[in-house]
Amino acid sequence: MNAGATGREVVLRVYRGDANGGEEVAYTVPVETGMVVLDAIHWIQAHRAPDLAVRWNCKAAKCGSCSAEVNGKPALMCKSRLDHFPEGQPITVRPMKTFPIVRDLVTDVKWNYEINKRIAPFQPRANAEWRWQQSDIDRVQEFRKCIECFLCQDVCHVLRSHELKHQFAGPRFLVRIAGLEMHPIDGADRVPFLKDTAGIGLCNITKCCTEVCPEGITITDNAIIPLKERVVDRYYDPVQRVWRAITGAKDGT
Amino acid sequence: MEKFEAHEHDVIVIGAGGAGLRAAIEASAMGCSVGLVCKSLLGKAHTVMAEGGIAAALAHVDPQDGWQTHFQDTMKGGSFLNHWRMAQIHAQEAPDRVRELEQCGALFDRTPDGRILQRAFGGHTWKRLAHVGDRTGLEMIRTLQDRGVHQGLDVYMECTITRLFTDGGRIAGALAYWRETGRFVVFRCKAVVIVTGGVGKAYRVTSNSWEYTGDGQALAYDVGAELIDMEFLQFHPTGMVWPPGVMGLLVTEGVRGEGGILRNAQGERFMWKYLPEARRHEYAADEAEARRWLDAVVEGRQTDARRPPELSTRDNVARAIYTEVKEGRGTPHGGASLDISYMPAERVKKKLPSMYHQFMELADVDITQTPMEVGPTTHYMMGGIRVDPDTGAATVPGLFAAGEASAGLHGANRLGGNSLSDLVVFGRRAGAGAASYARALAATPHIADDAIEAETRDVLAPFERTSGESPYGVHQALQECMDTFVGIFRVAGDLERALGTLETLKQRARDVRIEGSRMYNPGWHLARDLRNMLTVSEAITRAALLRTESRGAHSRLDHPGLDPALGRVNMCVTKDGEAMKVAPTPLPEMPAELKALFDAGAAGTAAAPAAAAPATAAAGKAS
Repeated sequence: MNAGATGREVVLRVYRGDANGGEEVAYTVPVETGMVVLDAIHWIQAHRAPDLAVRWNCKAAKCGSCSAEVNGKPALMCKSRLDHFPEGQPITVRPMKTFPIVRDLVTDVKWNYEINKRIAPFQPRANAEWRWQQSDIDRVQEFRKCIECFLCQDVCHVLRSHELKHQFAGPRFLVRIAGLEMHPIDGADRVPFLKDTAGIGLCNITKCCTEVCPEGITITDNAIIPLKERVVDRYYDPVQRVWRAITGAKDGT
Repeated sequence: MEKFEAHEHDVIVIGAGGAGLRAAIEASAMGCSVGLVCKSLLGKAHTVMAEGGIAAALAHVDPQDGWQTHFQDTMKGGSFLNHWRMAQIHAQEAPDRVRELEQCGALFDRTPDGRILQRAFGGHTWKRLAHVGDRTGLEMIRTLQDRGVHQGLDVYMECTITRLFTDGGRIAGALAYWRETGRFVVFRCKAVVIVTGGVGKAYRVTSNSWEYTGDGQALAYDVGAELIDMEFLQFHPTGMVWPPGVMGLLVTEGVRGEGGILRNAQGERFMWKYLPEARRHEYAADEAEARRWLDAVVEGRQTDARRPPELSTRDNVARAIYTEVKEGRGTPHGGASLDISYMPAERVKKKLPSMYHQFMELADVDITQTPMEVGPTTHYMMGGIRVDPDTGAATVPGLFAAGEASAGLHGANRLGGNSLSDLVVFGRRAGAGAASYARALAATPHIADDAIEAETRDVLAPFERTSGESPYGVHQALQECMDTFVGIFRVAGDLERALGTLETLKQRARDVRIEGSRMYNPGWHLARDLRNMLTVSEAITRAALLRTESRGAHSRLDHPGLDPALGRVNMCVTKDGEAMKVAPTPLPEMPAELKALFDAGAAGTAAAPAAAAPATAAAGKAS
């Protein structure tokens, strides 16, 4: 018996299946102190089901690979402590619902990478000075903490319930755009893209994304709302429209 | 024979961490068609885990810094077993590579005058690590990833290479399988860049993820490339030790850079005991001086105080913690105490946010209130594929390598922060080297059909068996063997025992049986990775047996001292038929003008490179 053994057991109900269907399969796992759901999944792989499909890398909440729905809630399995769930009750582990299933806990997340490709990259302003204060970048560094776990995409009802992937880029990529737009010397214009391609108007700020973000990024308040304001200023503010018509300025600034 | 999906590129880059992305960007910018192949999703490579920073002598915080000092620190840290030319290129080019990252959009923490901020790290004379809190690697990989996808790279995600093919001794391509479907892919190409990282998964206590199974080293070895310095495996001094599920998980050296103090169970600040005499003068003499250094760091001002003893090199700190625990002075879960809780909580959360969350969420420890428990963890392979310093060319035509998969820059021990800089400096050079080679080659070499067919049969064999064990059991046995017999402290008897065990494990690995289908089957993937882990484990063990001295990260209890003769050679591993051959090869000799840097500093401030000054040894070119 190893040092961390507790003598307790937990039942995990893990979804096993693929595009053709599947079901939850129950596995009883011995519990170690501090064990997380991903540890339990690894135990199942090593002792019960060597072909149980799961993505993971760092096991430290830094890579964003092991996203799943644990007891119905989008979460990183490496951060989901078994002792935070009610004792004696089974824990269900299912793949993210918003993305097509590949097998078991693995989903096809390629769509995200396609969206990312369409975002205009960082483009420094001509003659910009490469000096700025820490206070100038505190805000934007928050967005750059994103580990691309796609849990915000999974929980977002625009993508999850309404399945509007063709019209809406999702919180992850609004955060990414915010990270570029608020870079102190970036000069690219992503406002038309935000409105027409990223579909930022579809977000009705229910803040579900912020709630599930494992990095604690204040997605809605700090990224999405300021971007919405940029779109509104550009397209819907009559004073600014007149001002732009006179001066030719891009953002009315 | 199954009909194969096939792709043709000038250059195939295997691995999509910092080095792979930088190599692919360079080769693509030079006009080559580039395929970037990686086992995980893009952006999940181990670079993402790098926390502390990227070492470059920008001299923003300490104006005294320059490439010469960075070069000297790297050579001293590596016990002068480094390839001098790699250490020189690295020190000279790292500042440009950091500025280039900034030009691609990376946002490093700032100095009060608005430039890139730099922090102190073990073995670096000056504050040298550009950083973004404790998530520097994430910033770097995201920056390169976004740069890469806009450059038009073809990315093959979740695709595992199983073998390289050659044609008349030249690289001709590779076979891979899609992890999602299990279907095979043939890549035809002129050049391959191996940037697959390390080997940590051969050990149980490791900071490495499932991907780090020595694939690149084993693929290169199989086509005849030379591996060197495989005995030099870095045990990072500070991994988590509790709870069991996170054992080995990295605790950034940035904690010590920000003032973290190591103590044993008796409360003794023990690192002073373990400072090597030759370098003792570089460290604070007492608690008061260490505190003055720290206060100056916090206030962002210059000081004449020397750095705390916790910032000794990694090999030394790892041995110190191991020894304290072994001699009965360990913390309750068998580690040392690392304390940053005496610093203001807000500063700790600002400078070390992911450490704060990691301990809070996984260990129920608030590091702003309580010390952490830490112990050594298998972290980084200094050895790997022998490359030409300027082009990254391996000893097989058409094969290139960079980053952790290659060898030479770090010698016997790597300094923290020198890995991220290694990735971009030599990733760029290997990408350029591969592109130049590919452009000079008129036609893509040919891959024989029967070679492809033989490999696919071999890869699928575990599905055919009706009996045999699961690969997980073999993997566990391998990890126990390497942890127990080829760890921080080594002796001949243990190493020989490990070689015996490895022979048994090779047979067991050949006989594993896989259940289920080819679709996203981790057991099957592990069966393949096991072969690579066994190859690199054997290389580590054989090289360790031959190096009968203690140098850098390689510590032999039966040979505790330095052997000057062994300071003039690299242990070189090659494939000889089906057997593994290990033999010493001469270390390239440092030119006089670089040696003079050490002579000038030797009068009281730096140890002379006694072991690196071969008077007569022929300076064998490294490739």
